[in-house]
Amino acid sequence: MGHEGIGAAVKRKEDERFLAGRGHYVDDMNRPGQAHAHLRRSDRPHARILGIDTAAAAAMPGVVAILTAADFEAAGVGGLPCGWAVKSKDGSPMIEPMHPVLASGKVRHVGDPVAVVIAETRAEARDAAEALVVSYEDLPSAAGVRDALAAGAALVHDEAAGNVCYDWEIGDRALVDGAFAQAARVVRLALTNNRLVPNAMEPRAALGDFDPSSGEYTLITTSQNPHVIRLLMGAFVLHIPEHKLRVIAPDVGGGFGSKIYHYAEEAIVTFAAGRLRRPVKWTADRSESFVSDAHGRDHDTVAEMALDAQGNYLALRVSTIANMGAYLSTFAPSIPTYLYATLLAGVYKTPVIYAEVKAVFTNTVPVDAYRGAGRPEAAYLLERLTDVIAHDTGMDRVELRRRNFIPAGAFPYQTPVALQYDSGNYERTLEVAMKAADWAGFPARRAQAQARGRLRGIGMSTYLEACGIAPSHIAGALGARAGLYEVANIRVHPTGSVTVFTGSHSHGQGHETTFAQIVAEKLGVGIAQVDVVHGDTKEVPFGMGTYGSRSLAVGGSAMVKALDKVIAKGKRIAAHLMEAAVADIEFADGKFTVSGTDKSKTLTDISLAAYIPHNYPIEELEPGLEEIAFYDPKNFTYPGGCHIAEVEIDPETGVVSMVNFVAVDDIGTVINPMIVHGQVHGGVAQGIGQALLEHAQYDQAGQLVSGSFMDYVMPRADDLPAIHVGTESTPCLTNPLGSKGVGEVGAIGSPPAVINAVVDALREYGVRHLDMPASAPKIWSIIRAGQSRAAAE
Amino acid sequence: MPQVSLTVNGKRHTVEVETRTLLVELLREKLGLTGTHVGCDTSQCGACVVHVDGTSVKSCTFLAVQADGASVTTIEGLAAADGTLHPMQAAFREHHALQCGFCTPGMVMSAIDLVNSHKERMSEAEIRHGLEGNLCRCTGYHNIVKAVAAAQEVMHGRAQAAE
Amino acid sequence: MYAFAYQKPATVAEAVKLLSADPEAKALAGGMTYIPVLKQRLARPSAVVDLSGLGLAGIGVSGGVVTIGAMTTHAAVAASAEVRRAIPALAALAGGIGDNEVRHRGTIGGSLANDDPTADYPAAVLALGATLRTDRRTIAADGYFQGMFTTALEPGEIITAVAFPVPEKAGYAKFPNPASRYAMVGVFVARGPQGVRVAVTGAGQGGVFRHTAMEKALEKSWSADALAGVATPAEGLNADLHGSAEYRAHLVGVMARRALAAAG
Ligand code: FES
Ligand code: FES
Repeated sequence: MGHEGIGAAVKRKEDERFLAGRGHYVDDMNRPGQAHAHLRRSDRPHARILGIDTAAAAAMPGVVAILTAADFEAAGVGGLPCGWAVKSKDGSPMIEPMHPVLASGKVRHVGDPVAVVIAETRAEARDAAEALVVSYEDLPSAAGVRDALAAGAALVHDEAAGNVCYDWEIGDRALVDGAFAQAARVVRLALTNNRLVPNAMEPRAALGDFDPSSGEYTLITTSQNPHVIRLLMGAFVLHIPEHKLRVIAPDVGGGFGSKIYHYAEEAIVTFAAGRLRRPVKWTADRSESFVSDAHGRDHDTVAEMALDAQGNYLALRVSTIANMGAYLSTFAPSIPTYLYATLLAGVYKTPVIYAEVKAVFTNTVPVDAYRGAGRPEAAYLLERLTDVIAHDTGMDRVELRRRNFIPAGAFPYQTPVALQYDSGNYERTLEVAMKAADWAGFPARRAQAQARGRLRGIGMSTYLEACGIAPSHIAGALGARAGLYEVANIRVHPTGSVTVFTGSHSHGQGHETTFAQIVAEKLGVGIAQVDVVHGDTKEVPFGMGTYGSRSLAVGGSAMVKALDKVIAKGKRIAAHLMEAAVADIEFADGKFTVSGTDKSKTLTDISLAAYIPHNYPIEELEPGLEEIAFYDPKNFTYPGGCHIAEVEIDPETGVVSMVNFVAVDDIGTVINPMIVHGQVHGGVAQGIGQALLEHAQYDQAGQLVSGSFMDYVMPRADDLPAIHVGTESTPCLTNPLGSKGVGEVGAIGSPPAVINAVVDALREYGVRHLDMPASAPKIWSIIRAGQSRAAAE
Repeated sequence: MPQVSLTVNGKRHTVEVETRTLLVELLREKLGLTGTHVGCDTSQCGACVVHVDGTSVKSCTFLAVQADGASVTTIEGLAAADGTLHPMQAAFREHHALQCGFCTPGMVMSAIDLVNSHKERMSEAEIRHGLEGNLCRCTGYHNIVKAVAAAQEVMHGRAQAAE
Repeated sequence: MYAFAYQKPATVAEAVKLLSADPEAKALAGGMTYIPVLKQRLARPSAVVDLSGLGLAGIGVSGGVVTIGAMTTHAAVAASAEVRRAIPALAALAGGIGDNEVRHRGTIGGSLANDDPTADYPAAVLALGATLRTDRRTIAADGYFQGMFTTALEPGEIITAVAFPVPEKAGYAKFPNPASRYAMVGVFVARGPQGVRVAVTGAGQGGVFRHTAMEKALEKSWSADALAGVATPAEGLNADLHGSAEYRAHLVGVMARRALAAAG
């Protein structure tokens, strides 16, 4: 059965239902008597709500109820909580304004919900929501961080002076300044990390229900972490105890971070179901998703590197302004701090680093984790800065990287920004990637492109990330308000089939397959014998969910722990049945054997004995074969690698075409290479999207101008190249699987590789840096400016 | 309310709908065929693609009343009665062309029409271009393109289906 | 969508009557633009009059004229052997509108009646000097387009067919909006019975327009070199997050050269 275990590219168990159209996504579900909710959202970025006239709407056909902030306040409903507290430099806590489920007093961004209409049909709810008359007094607004920080800018929240949420720092400033004073050379780069809309293909949806006889609420929601939603919504918002609140996250159509958070709509439908005594469903239109799903990135940064004469990195100084949006989303404060600034060593042995991060409220949709979350921003900064250093100093960009790499022999490696890397080999991934991309052959390809009238460029990034989030004690010390362990429950049934209950949640990752492979490997059963249950707080004991590439490293490790317990118990039963000492029992390939003999029992023999304990050590052992384990990681895991992008630019139009992409990632032990490659493809596609196409843009008036697929450029099949994926493995040393996490590497490593390639293609036009996305008009302007400069000379 | 009579996956239905009901709403809400998805409100994503009288259309941009008399095939109607997958479905599974599965029904329906209308072998670039009406956020399209390339061989009798 | 009445007449006369009797009624052809408009509640028609039952689809070629029925889909035009033979540029244009699913439903008549400033067909109609046939008259292309979403059609008037004189040479090139894939700039060049005509779609604030400076230059010499000195003023061109007016003006030149190259 080994061929189905760890390392096997088995086909996915979940595919059959998805391919047949039998997936069960939230919007596919309906409950008898269900009503439909439609949210009336603010069309202004910042305004005082003077009044909401519901009379006309209430008289519309099918209307069941209209709720405004007052209804929630009267019922004592709390604000949406933030799960991470960050302290400012001076030790003061971050400003944490109330985030009501419906806007109260003021609206603070376009899309801020002001009222909810519940009606018999979706169309009727929308009809009536339009008939609500909301009167506003407009207030000045700011969408960008610079505008929000400007003197005299209108305050998004009265309690946040200057619109600052926190002003945080990491590292030793004096030490860093000292190093800069000694430096042979300083290279400075100002850059932005463009704001993105996650756009999982399934829009968010929520269905609330209430059973008056049991007093139990049910919320079916598009979530990456149902237990977390139960905890946050139950404890902080609706005050429903856990045993009366069931949260189900069924099949979920992609998340990428955007479905981690506890959103207002979840609380609204649950509350309304209780109040109306009937199920209430809400499904977002895509246009709503654009103005209500948390956005990602949006950093404005200045970075400086101090160098010695040979190009060794002496010190890094970084100052970042991060856009939080109008309210603090669940994990928002941690993204530009602990998931970003702690990554600023990257793969380099920079001895001292200082970073300060100012988080700013603006009149925009809240910003939170999006695939990579903080780490793409760090990798982009470092890898752009490295190429700019090469550009400014005339050094070779590969040589510069090699010179500054943390050497393979230096692990465990303590960075100056809190993290300790357990393993890695950056030289090796660099070499493998350069070979796969035929880096050496590039000049010839460039010359050929030139002959065709095209500008060709190549670029790389040697990135590192930290995932497998996270050791609870470290997270707690850094301000997390929850633990970040994971839970697994392994139930071996009497006849030897297995059900896994996991706190991880699959929304595309293929856990039903890879988790079954882990069981197959450990217990020697076929994956057809294993079912994975996830996404239901009533079935799964507990869990923290899926984000930060943690399912395998943390959730998988919890499974290993539980499986080890199962095996340990099995050995005791086997010892009893075969009248041997427990220490003499070996377990392999699904068989318990008395070592040195041919006496053995199968897993099924043992499970049967466990459930039919006629001949059983009943005095010392409970019947049954089921174990639960909580696993708290000892450390983050540190995937890293090298991505190489090759582009061609049409100088007449400025259009950039991706002609080749190579990703070689060290992700430790691979459970299923087919799935791993798929994860990298998807991540790289999102990274290329960020680098070339995507940008959530607000105009001066505070409107999201790229607010639909008509204007927000989603990567399509013909925007992307075939993606060459390679994996290398220096196993993670801190978890039992040796796996490092693969979900985000693609989105982290690729953007700087692409921009480095674009800048390389444009080298004859005197470009040092350009901000993402490298859109055609931007490139065209650069080419035109370069041409007129050349003409003037 | 107007009545619409149509054949869906070989079965005749007569349903009452509002004139403003979309075909996708008829399929999902009236007939319970929730395999066809809705991913946008601007006719850009292709999650809703079904076949009407043999050609691929966006069922979100199609009034239910316009489907009166039509024959509709959805993702639920592709596999054989014994469960044997359509060669396109089989190729998607074989090549790991789906992750979250949300874009998959529309992607498969589009891809089948694309292959049906190209008897000659499509290049990778042609396949990519041919799928421009379908968005996928998970796969980066890499494996979808591979799956379509493989399925076209089977559908046009140049190769055997994947298991 | 707001609620509306739905009618599916069987004859053109009946359709005209329905539309004329009710100024709030609106004709529905392929619906590829209009249904999204309805879904976004940007229109509130009292009735939708479905033109698909009028028998207006079909393609014919005779006497140096390609006639395309108003309800002919983009896919049908793109695939038509006759169109490909007579005016390959027109078939290519149709094959590049939207995506496969849009081409299966979208129609030439619908596109022209709607006159979206970023649609492709208006460029072909104007550059080829086509004639629009309606239920009551024929309208020359030059008099038809009257600014974006505005045409010479009278209330209740229905396009029944479009007649394209076969040109000697014709070519079309477009630069798609990277998100919507509509034309940011599309240029159709043609040389035929009506001389050289160049039409630009996507770029102009007033919808499709003829580029007379290019026409003059190409009249003198049908070559890319002839276009080298022809400037396109940025004034009057669209500007948005996908590009400035200057960028669009530049693209008009690039697309014109590419259209010319395609025309041969
Ligand atoms: S749902 Fe997006 S195109 Fe139909
Ligand atoms: S598989 Fe998730 S969107 Fe395509």
